[in-house]
Amino acid sequence: MGLFDRHAGLLEAYRDVRTTGADPFQIRMERVLSPTEAIINGRKMLLVGTNNYFGLTFDPSCMEAAIEAIRAEGTGTTGSRIANGSYSEHVLLEQEIAEFYGKKHCMVFTTGYQANLGVISTLVGQGDHLLIDADSHASIYDACKMTQAEVVRFKHNDPSSLESRLRRLGDKPGNRLVILEGIYSMLGDSAPLREFVDVCKKYGAYVLVDEAHSLGALGETGRGLCESTGVLDDCHFIVGTFSKTLGAIGGYCVSNDPDFDILRVTVRSYMFTASLPPSIVASVRQALRVVKARPELRTQLWDNVATLYDGLAAQGFKLGPEHGPVVGVHLPDRMTAVGFWRAMLDAGIYVNVAVPPATPNGVSLLRCSVCAVHTREQLEHMIEVMTGIGRQLGVISGTPKLRVVAGSR
Amino acid sequence: MPDLGTGEPLLRTAHQLIVENDDIASTLELPRLASRLDVIREICRHLAPYQAGERPIVGATVIAKDLTIDSLAIMDMVMELEDSFDVSIPMNVVAEVHTVDQLADTILDLRAKR
Ligand SMILES: Cc1ncc(COP(=O)(O)O)c(C=O)c1O
Repeated sequence: MGLFDRHAGLLEAYRDVRTTGADPFQIRMERVLSPTEAIINGRKMLLVGTNNYFGLTFDPSCMEAAIEAIRAEGTGTTGSRIANGSYSEHVLLEQEIAEFYGKKHCMVFTTGYQANLGVISTLVGQGDHLLIDADSHASIYDACKMTQAEVVRFKHNDPSSLESRLRRLGDKPGNRLVILEGIYSMLGDSAPLREFVDVCKKYGAYVLVDEAHSLGALGETGRGLCESTGVLDDCHFIVGTFSKTLGAIGGYCVSNDPDFDILRVTVRSYMFTASLPPSIVASVRQALRVVKARPELRTQLWDNVATLYDGLAAQGFKLGPEHGPVVGVHLPDRMTAVGFWRAMLDAGIYVNVAVPPATPNGVSLLRCSVCAVHTREQLEHMIEVMTGIGRQLGVISGTPKLRVVAGSR
Repeated sequence: MPDLGTGEPLLRTAHQLIVENDDIASTLELPRLASRLDVIREICRHLAPYQAGERPIVGATVIAKDLTIDSLAIMDMVMELEDSFDVSIPMNVVAEVHTVDQLADTILDLRAKR
């Protein structure tokens, strides 16, 4: 058997996707012009699939901070946090994030993926129990493969499904750790966190919430779903990323646990990889200041979400269950999704296409992510384009529906 | 091994008898013990949509290989079976299970250990 034979099935599916003439997984951004525009295939495209929720990738103050840091400290740290890669600024960033959440401890990682991978797989071990939402991100699933703990999935966003699994554990020894996400990355829906926290309290389980897509977007001060549902103090661990709202790269985990710092010498994805370069640390510190200082970005983001979501819903598109910075558009199958995606690219709009096995329940999606600095005109244009393509492909009918959906702010 | 792919009407299975997510459920034993046949029937019911061609689904069917089901759908089916039979099957245990028979035995073993 050849090394690649095991991927035969995937290869076939991938070939299907590529026969349409453009490969959605090999799109080249020839030049990025702004948070909402780039040159792709020699043409200017509207970007509605970049997780750049506040548009901070081109924030002048963040860019200046990064440039200054490069001049002062160079391009990279060339070492890990436990060797030569801890600069004063890494520690300051950790203090600032901890302070932002009102927690005692924070560890910064080189990506959010590594934060989930390392923290989750290290917190639980032999004899412990890890309970994860069925729709968890790949980084959480990969952590499951690395731990010796017993892993059980519960139904997506279903506290009673979690409860029956905690109940079945009965008085078995071992810690229980429950993993949730603030906003799910494919359909933009939020966890019923308060209900989940109540169940966890009843069974003495620890809670870890991944706020990757909700940092900045949810909560009075942008701290995420933990803040908007009023359970910050009940969440033992909060993980997040700098790669979305904060416009850079990196991950973090905050906690009040007095022994948290032991993770610095046990989490391998922290210990055995180079630390973030000074420029990133500087731009992230500044981006966090911008998030605190400019709450209007959050308002703009949700106004834009409402424009896009309600506009598409009114045309009869089947969307994720609630307003969210990610708007997932359901399409009947993989080929329709890829065809739709390609037609949008031809029309000058870039979104993500998500198809099985990367999606929950085998659904095929166009995954749109909204930016606070999208203009109303850009989004209305997008709705018009999608309506036209949707009708051509027979995905929606010709007559618009009226549908009202509650916001999730 | 009875041919379970014939679509005969199902007898009552444990699946229909469980009071889900009710605190009382934890204190009640299932009204009827699930027999091995009940478990196999329920597994086959979940797998029926993934039958490949005319080949019937039997105890020796290798779930991930002989059927058109993908790994994510297998995990989702396991989640449903967990609730039908009120057991939890850890993911590492699922990884070791290949056939319908093995899955049924795993469920029965875990039930016996409760
Ligand atoms: C829910 C979730 N967690 C974690 C990550 C990983 O983030 P990062 O890009 O920082 O590795 C992502 C992004 O892909 C995500 O969607």
